[in-house]
Formats: sequence, C-alpha cells, structure tokens
Amino acid sequence: MWRYNMADSIAIFLDKCTGCTLCVKACPFGAIRMANKKAVIDMAVCTLCGACVEACKFGAIELKSSSGPKKDLSKYRDVWVFCEQKKGVVQSISFELLGEGKKLAAKLGVKLCAVILGGGLEGKAEELSARGADKIYMVDHPALKSYQDDPYTEILVRLVEEYSPEILLCGATTIGRSLISRVAVKTNAGLTADCTGLDIDEKERLLLQTRPAFGGNIMATIITPNHRPQMATVRHKVMKEAAVDGSNRAELIKKTYPGEVFNSRTRLLDVVEEIEDTVNLAEADIVVSGGRGLGGPENFAVIKELAKTLNAAVGASRSAVDSDWIPYSHQVGQTGKTVCPKLYIACGISGQIQHLIGMQSSDIIVAINKDPDAPIFKIATYGIVGDAMEIVPALTKEFKRILKK
Amino acid sequence: MHIIVCIKQVPNTTDVKIDPATNTLIRDGVESVINPFDAYAIEEAVRLKERLGGKVTVLTMGPPQAENALKEALSLGCDDAVLVSDRKFAGSDTWATSYTLSMAVKKIGAFDIILCGKQASDGDTAQVGPGISAHLNIPQVTYVKEIKEISAEKATVARMTEEGHDIVETPLPCLLTVVKEINTPRLPSLKGKMRAKAAKPPVWTAEDIAADPAALGLEGSPTRVVKIFTPAPRKGGEILSGDTADLAKELAELLKDVAIQHG
Amino acid sequence: MDYLLTEQQVMMRDLARRIAVEKIKPVAPHYDETEEFAWPIMKILADSDLFGVYLPEQYGGLGGGIMDMCLVTEELSRACGGIALGYAGTGLGTIPILLYGSDEQKKKYLPDIAKGKRLAAFCITEAGAGSDAGSIKTTARKDGDSYILNGTKQWITNAGEAEIYTVIALTDKAKGARGASAFIVEKGTKGMDFGKKEKKMGIRASATREVIFNECRVPAANLISREGMGFIVAMKTLDTSRPGVAAQAVGIAQGALDHALEYARTRVQFGQPISSFQAVQHILADMGTQVEAARALAYATARMVDSGAKSVSKESAMAKLFASEVAMKVTTDAVQIFGGYGYMREYPVEKYMRDAKITQLYEGTSQIQRNVIAANMIKESLKK
Repeated sequence: MWRYNMADSIAIFLDKCTGCTLCVKACPFGAIRMANKKAVIDMAVCTLCGACVEACKFGAIELKSSSGPKKDLSKYRDVWVFCEQKKGVVQSISFELLGEGKKLAAKLGVKLCAVILGGGLEGKAEELSARGADKIYMVDHPALKSYQDDPYTEILVRLVEEYSPEILLCGATTIGRSLISRVAVKTNAGLTADCTGLDIDEKERLLLQTRPAFGGNIMATIITPNHRPQMATVRHKVMKEAAVDGSNRAELIKKTYPGEVFNSRTRLLDVVEEIEDTVNLAEADIVVSGGRGLGGPENFAVIKELAKTLNAAVGASRSAVDSDWIPYSHQVGQTGKTVCPKLYIACGISGQIQHLIGMQSSDIIVAINKDPDAPIFKIATYGIVGDAMEIVPALTKEFKRILKK
Repeated sequence: MHIIVCIKQVPNTTDVKIDPATNTLIRDGVESVINPFDAYAIEEAVRLKERLGGKVTVLTMGPPQAENALKEALSLGCDDAVLVSDRKFAGSDTWATSYTLSMAVKKIGAFDIILCGKQASDGDTAQVGPGISAHLNIPQVTYVKEIKEISAEKATVARMTEEGHDIVETPLPCLLTVVKEINTPRLPSLKGKMRAKAAKPPVWTAEDIAADPAALGLEGSPTRVVKIFTPAPRKGGEILSGDTADLAKELAELLKDVAIQHG
Repeated sequence: MDYLLTEQQVMMRDLARRIAVEKIKPVAPHYDETEEFAWPIMKILADSDLFGVYLPEQYGGLGGGIMDMCLVTEELSRACGGIALGYAGTGLGTIPILLYGSDEQKKKYLPDIAKGKRLAAFCITEAGAGSDAGSIKTTARKDGDSYILNGTKQWITNAGEAEIYTVIALTDKAKGARGASAFIVEKGTKGMDFGKKEKKMGIRASATREVIFNECRVPAANLISREGMGFIVAMKTLDTSRPGVAAQAVGIAQGALDHALEYARTRVQFGQPISSFQAVQHILADMGTQVEAARALAYATARMVDSGAKSVSKESAMAKLFASEVAMKVTTDAVQIFGGYGYMREYPVEKYMRDAKITQLYEGTSQIQRNVIAANMIKESLKK
C-alpha cells in the first residue's frame, strides 16, 4: 500500500518515505520511529502539530485539515481587549494590548473595544479612549473593586455571549491567566497563552497566535478555526504600548447586571504588598546578572553596585542561587524569571540553555566571562573575555562618570 | 479528606537541546519526568493528608508510559493512581484536556480539594487547572504559595500576586494551583517505591469516563497548531578586547544611550 | 561493573545515591567545617526507609542483609564519609542485637532503629584497650535483677547522638576475655555520661566521644545472650560489619576518584587537558582498578556473610584491609592529580584524604586485620 493512514488525521506516503529520519528528529514529542526503514507514528503520543510535515523533504507526510462543517462565524466581530486594573489604576499591559489590538482590528476592518471591570472607574473611559479604543464596555460596581474569579468570570462570559467579539486579548498576568482560562472553558472558546506574536490571516479572518514551547526551544503558531472568540494572552512587555492620542473619542457602553452576578464563592481577606527596596526584576529595563564565575557570594556586591548605578535590577543564574549566594527571587532562567530588558549584562555566567531561555530576547546582551568558549558569547551583542571582578567595577566607574552620579 | 492531584508527564526540557546543523530538537536520551511544578502539588497533597488524614488520588492524562509518572507519585506518598489514556485524546488542546480530566474527576467521585501545579513545563500555558475548575464549576484559587488554614468546609490560602500576596478564603470543594514557594518536595521512600512498583493503576478510556467524543482530542480542541518552527538563533555580536580600563570605556560608550534612557 | 543486583537493591542504591548527591554533597563541606552532627540528613535517611535495609521485615526493616547495607553505605560515603557514619555506625551498634538479641530485645529496639528514629553505637574500645581489645577494664557487676556498669569507653562513633548503645563489659574479671558480656544501654540511663567531642583529622561530621559509666544500673533483661558471651558477640559483630567499613572506604575512594577524573578532564596545562598526559592516565587507571577490586571483594564478602557462612573472619578482614589501603592510596593520588589545588581546603579532595585514614585504623587496624588473615590462613593450611 502506498499510503499508510496512521489515523484519520495524518498519513505517511510509504512510496515517498526514504527512511531518512528527519521527521524523527523534528518531532518535539518523540512520536515517530523507524520500522523497516519507514516512518511510523505513535498516535498515542502524536499531537498532530505538523512539525514532521515541515521537516520532511520528500513530502511523505500529510496532515489532514480538520474535517467537519465549518461553523458560520460571521456574527462575531470586533477585537476586544480585557483591560486589567488594580486599585483603580489601569495596568500598562492593557495599553500594550490596545496597541497590538489596534493593528489587528485595522487588518480585519473592525472596531477595537476595551473591556474594563472595577469599582470607581471615573476617568478610566477617557484614559482608554486616548489609547485608541473605539468602544469601551465598562462594568462599575463596588464588588468588582478587587479581582475575584466568580464575578469577573460571570460578567466577562455574559459580555462575550451578548456582543460576540471575534478576538479577545488579555494580559498573561496572575489575574489574566486565572480569569481567561475559565471564560474560555465556559464560552467554549480557543485560548492560547503567552503569545509572543499576533497576526491576522486576512483570507480566513483568523488570528495567528505564535508562542514558545518546550521552554522556548521551539515556536508554535496556533489558530482557532471553528470557535469564537479567539482568545489569547500576552505577557507584559512583549508588545509596545499604544500611543496616547487625546483626540480620540470612544463610545462608552456601561453595563449593569442583577445582584447575584456579583457574588463570589471565594472571599478576599487581605492584600499584602511585599515592598522590594530593589528594582523589580521582571519589569526592569536594565538587568545586571551574576553567575558562578563571580567566585563567591560576597562578590555579588560589585554586581549590586553596577545595578544601583544603572537603576537596574539584579539577576542571577541558577548556579548562584543553588549555591545560596543570592535568593531565588533573583533567578533568571527556565525555572526562574523570564526577562526581556533593553540591556542584560551577564557577569560570570556561562550561558547554559536553561539560563538563555530566560533572557535571550533582551535587546542588548553583554557577556563578561573568563572562558572564551562560554556559550553565552554566541548570543551576546557585546562580549568581553575577562574577569568580571575587574571589568564590572571599571564599568561602574565609567557609567557613574557618564551619568554624572 | 480526599485530595486529588492532577499531574502531567513531560519531557525533561532541561535536557532538550537544538541541533545547530539541522535546527531541530535533539530528543535522544531525553527522559520523561513529572512536570516540575506538579511535584509541589504532590508534596502539598501528601502534607495535607498527613495533617488532616484521608487519602490522595493522583490522576494524569497521557500515553501508556505516563504510568511511570503515576508510580513516582505513589512512591512519594499518594495512595491511589488513575491513568486516563486513549488514542481519542490525541491532539487535545487545553480545553479538551481540562474537559477530559474533569470527566475523570467525576468518575473518581467525591473529593474535597484538587491540587495542580501552576503550569506544565512543555506547554507552559497554566490553563488546564482553571479549565478543570470551570468544567466542574467549583471555586478556584491560583498561584497558591501557602495553605494557611484548612477544614472540611473551607480553606484560607495565600495567593501570589505581582506585588506580594492576597489572602483568600475559599469554600471546599475547590481547586488550587500551587507555586514553588509552597513547599520543598520530599524524596521517595524505599517502601513507597516498592509499593509503587507493585501498583497497577487502572487505565480509563474515553468510554470509561463517559466523555462526549465531540469534546475530545483534535475534534474537541478549539485551537490547532498549524506550524512549528525553531526560532532564528540569536547571532553573536562582537568580542571587545583591550585592557580593563579601555574595555570599560569602550563598553560604556556603546551602551551610553541605553544607560541614559533607561538607567 | 555489573554486580547483578536485585531490583530492590538497585532501587535502594539509586535512592541512596540521590540523597547523597542532592542532600549530602551540598552540605558536606559545612559539616566538615563546623563538626556538627548532621541531624537533618539523618531525618532524610530515616524518611527514606534506608535505616532498615538490613533488618528483618518483622521488625520494620526491608529484609535485606549486609550487602544492602554496604550498597547504601558506599553511596553515602561517596558524598561524605563522616555523615555516612551516622548511618553505618548505627549499623555496627545494631548488629549485636540482630545476631544475638532475644526476641523481646529485638522487638523492643529494632523497629525504632529501622525507622531511623533512634541511632545506635557500639562500645568496646577503651584508653588501654584498642588493638588489645581483650584488656578492657569496664566492669558489669550483678546486683539483684540488674547489672552495674563502671568504666570509660573511648572514641565511640555516634556517642552522645545515639540513643541505643551496645556495650562490652567484664562480668567476670578472673576469666579475662571469656568473662566479658554484652549489654544494651539506653541514653539517659542514670550513671551514663558522655565526654567531650573529639577533634579529629577527618570524618569530622561524625560524633566521636567517650562514654562514661559510673555506677550505671542496667536491667538484667538488657544482657545480650548469656554472661561470658561478650567477646564472641563482639568478634562476630565486627566480622559481620567489616564489609560495611570496606564499603565506606570504597565510597570515599570512589568519591575522590570522581573528582580527580573531572578535574583531569578540565584542567588545561601546556595547552591540553592533563587527562591527555600518560602520567596522569596511568595514575587514574590504577585508581580505577584498585577501587573496583576493593568493591568486588567487599561485595563478595558481604554476600558471603548474608549466605550464613559459618566463618567469615578471614574474608571480612581481607575486604576491610584491602579497601582501606586502597582508600588511602586513591585519595592521596586524587590530591596529587589536583596538584596545588588539591592541597587547598576550598577544593574537595583533601577532605577525602583526611577521611580515608580512619578506615585503616578503626574496627581493627590494618595490622590486626593482617594478624587475623594470617592466623586463619595458617589454621586452614593445618587442616589439610
């Protein structure tokens, strides 16, 4: 037989398969093996992601597009952005989403709508207007002052069901992720988390959602072909904020709901702020990081000094944290924080992949390391082979001079 | 108290590397492990059992080899394990996965609390936990870093936020997703390992959990992956040379604008 | 080398290795420096069920034997010979009860030991009785339904931390060695005290103290076996536990070897890693061969003990003698491979060399082991 149907969804053309094993290597899930020099896919493991289809040079693998009638989705219109607010302050992630949302709305020829829930939201409509919203859906009620899963979910579900947006964007924050996952389940919508790229397939009117997987080792592009809204969350500081245009006037729609909609099974008892006297690592524009190469915990002092001069956050590699030289809250990397600053200075860090995953999208990377073969030099914009303990203090002196500190 | 822990077996992503020649993932010798965040959920579940009495059931949806993850969980102190496995689940996104798991939970029966890790290290979406609570229509608290008080009716927990933490009270039954700050997972005991070795967790199919076929696998997944590619590797820049004082001057000059603008 | 371990033994060894690497290795330098007793590690070992690997299942153990104890001891020693002694020393202190204890005594003491709840220690050595164990002076005077112990034991491993002590004391001074008996004494018994902690060259994380008995009243029920059996209990205990000492020595040697190999691969001199120089390769080869030979001998002896062989004295002595000499040589070579760095306390190998020395000294010095081996060989040749 020339064609081996692994399932209804994916098939291997045995006459084309040469047993070259490129597909085996490409599969992120290890689902393919060779049997008698032909590819065999283990359907229990295959996720139908299509990486093998791309990798095969002989066109021997075919992924069937999903069968079944396409639903009529024409009633779904507009790009919605859930605007997160805390203590009455609209979070900057919302402005980033509005900026991105505007581009998407333009490509689709639809409106950009901001959705905001809270208590005491006077003035917020103007703020969102100025960031480019065409429409604003606002629900203002004391019970919504602080985020609670139940009322926020219930209201957002009702809004979605009433107004049928085709796209709903939300910040990938602790609030956003909790909220939007529940809304997606209840509205039977597709949700993609932590998108680093959003685009529109104008022909199909589809939102193309690109995100990293396997700790950032590979990228996946995802679509929601047959369900609406298409939901996506985006991390803070990935997109650019919408410009402020004071002249824009958005249509304001204020919604009210019966009392039981605002009930919550969970109760918020207290909000505790942990004051950091240092710059927040995840938010910082400049990060100075130290690793094993520094030699000892006391040597982090030079890192902290440079960070202070640059008003930067202090980061660390896992080795430094595991050796107890600095607390875990400073750890950058796969099992620590992911940062995307304008400038990342890595001192005495070798650049193992687990660390790189946490900082490789920084705009400018500077690496200082004694070992010329350290992997970090492969991705550094500027590299210095040398002793961080000598270079960093000299650098601090120079910056103090330049910044007149 | 009956605690259910949902876990996922994932490839050990710290081992996954990119082959620079072909720009593809090298998966040889990459072993499968319990999702690191789930280890904290398992530990918290066992601690709750030790604190309040009861039992822990560990549940996973995956291919047949996910049984190993269940056995590891048993060796750490879980009492029962269930594997939900069926070819029909292939291609599930988080909607279908959380639906499948919620149906399995319904089959398991009455429970007081479901614990999940914050997110899985391969998908990184953090959506399945909240998805399960939505399907089951139970309250949830995510990013829990401490269970302060707990009784048969309610729990008071600390939920991590970007600024610090919230204290939230939730009725039971509920679902909690936990973060690493919550505990330090224990090592397995020998007796636990031996018990796990002898254990034969039941395997439930789509039919066993009375799942609606339209909500499973590829068909039941609103999202579809259309493309997988390796990100263009970041190219290296230049290596500066000179003596310390010169290097510092040169580098500071190159970074002057960034430093002034953002420093 | 594959020693054809059972699945359970593999599980045991892997768990011990995990604990060694994840929990002991990071803190070993700290405990070596502070000389504190590593109670947190003992707790982890207790929770892991490893304390009971050689104890019968009916008392809460895992039903294995000395071979299993050796596997665990070796893995722990690879990370730190001193911390491992909290485990191995307890084994030594427990074996008299295991071999000669009555059912009541076993029921009373073994379950807590298996759970790691209580540690044990073996007390025979005194200031005037080291190699010459026969000249101990500690006495046990019968008084009604108890015995009164008087005397001082010296250099007792786990003393002060352990709760269960098996003590060899003279019940009949006139009979000399045949007048000794073995007793179980619990910490906290009135009249039992501990001396200061000794400051040692190596195995600093191990607690070594005097145990002082001053009119210490011990119930007669705590007499192990019969009066006069003391020396037999002691000798049989040491024969049984010697493979464990060998395992500790093998572990220490292996740990040092691991460090030396990694260093040799990464240290670059004259433009090459030093592992490419034949001089270094030959040292490493000898180290590797010796460690493997010591391991094989230790395991073979342990299995012989577990098989119930009547006489294991010669083999036990051989295993301990060989492994301890290997440990000393291999750890010294490891320092050599590290060169100047090997001498610095910031680097791990000098500790291994300091730790290794004790294996040539305690539980019978190498000279005593040779005596035992020669005596047995001669006896056997006479029989032919």
